[in-house]
Order: sequence, then structure tokens, then C-alpha cells
Amino acid sequence: MTSFSGELSLRFIALLLVQVVVCNNINFLGYINPYIYIVFIFLFPIRDSRIVLLLISFLLGMLVDMFSDSVGVHAAAAVTLAYARPLLLKMSFGMLYEHQSVKFSNTDIGSLITYVGLGTLLHHFILFSLEVFNISNILLILKKTLFSGIFTIILSILIIVLFSRNKK
Amino acid sequence: MQQIINFVIRNKTFLLFLLLFSVSLALTIQSHSYHRSKFINSASALAGGVYGTFNSIDKYFNLKDQNKILVEENKRLRNELFNLNKPIDTSSLDNIQSRLNYRITTAEVYKNSYSSTNNYLTINKGKKDSIKEDFGVISPKGIIGIIDNTSNNYSTVLSILNTNSKINAEVKATNHFGSLEWDGKSPYLTQLVDVSKFAPIKIGDTIETGGQSAIFPKGIGIGTIEKFETDISGDTYNIEVKLFNDMTNIGTVYIINNLDKEEIINLESSVDD
Repeated sequence: MTSFSGELSLRFIALLLVQVVVCNNINFLGYINPYIYIVFIFLFPIRDSRIVLLLISFLLGMLVDMFSDSVGVHAAAAVTLAYARPLLLKMSFGMLYEHQSVKFSNTDIGSLITYVGLGTLLHHFILFSLEVFNISNILLILKKTLFSGIFTIILSILIIVLFSRNKK
Repeated sequence: MQQIINFVIRNKTFLLFLLLFSVSLALTIQSHSYHRSKFINSASALAGGVYGTFNSIDKYFNLKDQNKILVEENKRLRNELFNLNKPIDTSSLDNIQSRLNYRITTAEVYKNSYSSTNNYLTINKGKKDSIKEDFGVISPKGIIGIIDNTSNNYSTVLSILNTNSKINAEVKATNHFGSLEWDGKSPYLTQLVDVSKFAPIKIGDTIETGGQSAIFPKGIGIGTIEKFETDISGDTYNIEVKLFNDMTNIGTVYIINNLDKEEIINLESSVDD
């Protein structure tokens, strides 16, 4: 088990900082913010223990919560995404995941979009449901999920593609 | 016993997920009541420090707007000052007396949010500057919110753009009061509810803070009436208030400490007994 290596911790801190300093302040059209810190959960090494991923996701979510004063909301969404990740991987990569040979740096872009897309929508739906915390505002929740989701998906794919191509 | 241990080991991932998820959920539910978690908020030294570092960069881009706001406030204050030459009647004398009971501190906004349904600001004054919970926060144009959590150097402010916020406010012309809330939709509009339907209000009337809470002095501007309608019950008005403040652009704020607050609260609680 190659637990928390140097590169991972660097990625953790970089994504957290970019999230709270830049992305939380975009407020496109008043309420649309991307939540790119989930890229960390998407790219977490597949062979590493799921327990470690759950704990780190919880920590990451809590830190984002601390910076945006939204106690527990991001943590809950991040932990859910981390738990659902194997399922998402199976749905989007299929056999490749069964053989434990998924490499995010050179997968086919379609599978990657499915993977990031499904994960983002799941994360954002939990996030905004808990944030709004009022079932009668379901339309507001869906609207936020959709628009912020599109923003996050585009940015996440860009980040994943740009940073993985460099390493080849 | 063996079976229980086996069950735990087999489902350890799911159980851990359940544990972490319920912890976050519990914190979320708790945060929807007024007094929130005292540990995880951006008044902490870590979050405050990071925001402080980046705020010094961000500040330069807003200097022009902030200058304009300050000049406008100066203009208003000068207007009031020059018009003070008039003979002072007793009611305004009383006002001046009561103004001396407030102490004002200035602070810089390190973090401002308005896109969520529960927004908080982080400011760079804390316990060291004798800032405490429940002090009022205003900007040159109108009210911002109420101090929620404080650490040594930083505080968080429960913004009026927060679905948990409830502030006493009144219609300036008629003194009919209600409670200022937010429905989480537009950062430019808040809602004043529970205003008696006998109040003769019209679109464009000014809404200001009422004197009923010990947090804000009476008469701080909030906004103007954008539109209003009667509540489903038919007894009260629900008023949409267009804020004077642009809550999306706040640089410097004033913190108001009502020095008589303890006395007022003691008096009120003794009446309740």
C-alpha cells in the first residue's frame, strides 16, 4: 500500500488552496461556483485502500467546510463520492477497471467524461441538498447541481488532461 | 461474538462510510440552528491566515470601488454635519445621548460569500479587539449581519444573506415592524415578514433597523420596498426589500458594540420571570 506519498499531499494542498482562494469566489451569474477539489478523489490511486480514501476525503471535505463556513456539507458529499467511486469506475471503464489497469493519463476521453460527469453530479446533488436543506426548494437544488456541475466537469477534465499529459 | 467481529471486518468500508457520513450530517443539522459548531469555522487561525494572505492581493483590485463607497459616506455624513446648525429639538437630543452608548470598531472583510443559502463573512478582528458574539456589523450603506464566532484574531459574521438570519426591522415612515429574513434566492433582495397589514406601506418606502433588538441601533438603513403582498393567512404583509448594500462587494465594515446590551437583556429577562 503506497499510502500518502509526497505527490499526493502536494496535490491535496494545491487543490484545497485553489478551491478556497479562487474557485469559491468566482460566483459566475451570482451563484455558480466550480468545486474542483473533487479531482483529488477522482485521481486517487485505484490500488490504494478504500479506507484511506474515505478518511482523506472526509478530511478534505472538512477543510473545505472550514474555509467556506458550511459545516459538514462538503465532508458528507466528499465521503459519498469516495464511497461510490468503485461503482462509478466500473460503470465507466468496465473491463479495464476489473483488470485493475485503468490509467487516468491515457484512457479514452469518453470514459473519462462519463466517470467525472457521474461523480460530479452525485457529489453536487448531495452537496446542494444538504446546503439548501429544504425539500421544497428541490428546483433550486437541481438548478445549482446542473449549472455548477457543468462548470466543475469542464474544469476537472481540463485539469486531469493537462496535468497528466505533462508526465508522459 | 466471532460473527459480529467478522461482520465488522467484512463491511468495514461501508461502516466507516456510514460513520463519517453521519458525523457530517449531524454537524450539518446542528449548523442549521443558530448557535453553531464552535470548532469548524473560518474564524480559525488557519483559515483566517490563508484568507489574510490572499486578501492583501485581492484588496488592490477593489480599491476604486471601496473609495467610491467611502466618498459617498463622507458626503452623507458632511450633509448631516452641516445641517446640524439647526436648533436641536429634544427628540434628537435624546438620539445623541443614545448614540454615545455604542462603540464602533472597523474591520476588513477577508472572505465574503453570497452564492450559498447560508452565507458567512470572515473579518480580521477578533477577541483581541474585544469583539464578541452577537455584535452588529454594518457597512457605510447599511446592515451586513451579526457576529457569529470569534477567535483571537478573526470573526465570522452571520450575513443577512443566510436563511438562519432573523433581524428586527421596521418601515421608516410608519414604524410598523417585522422580521427580516432571506429566502436564499437573490443576493440583492431580502424579505421582511410579519408586518401588520394595517401598515400603510407603498413601493419605494425605506426599511431600517428597528430599536427592538439590543444588537443594532435604531435607524440603520436596510433597503427599499421592491414589492409586497399579503401573506396566505391574510393578516400580514410579506415585503421584498431591495438592499442598499451591494452584498457582493464589501470591503470595510463597522462593528457595533451596544454597551448597554447586558443591562437591556437583564432587564428583559427579569420581566419574563
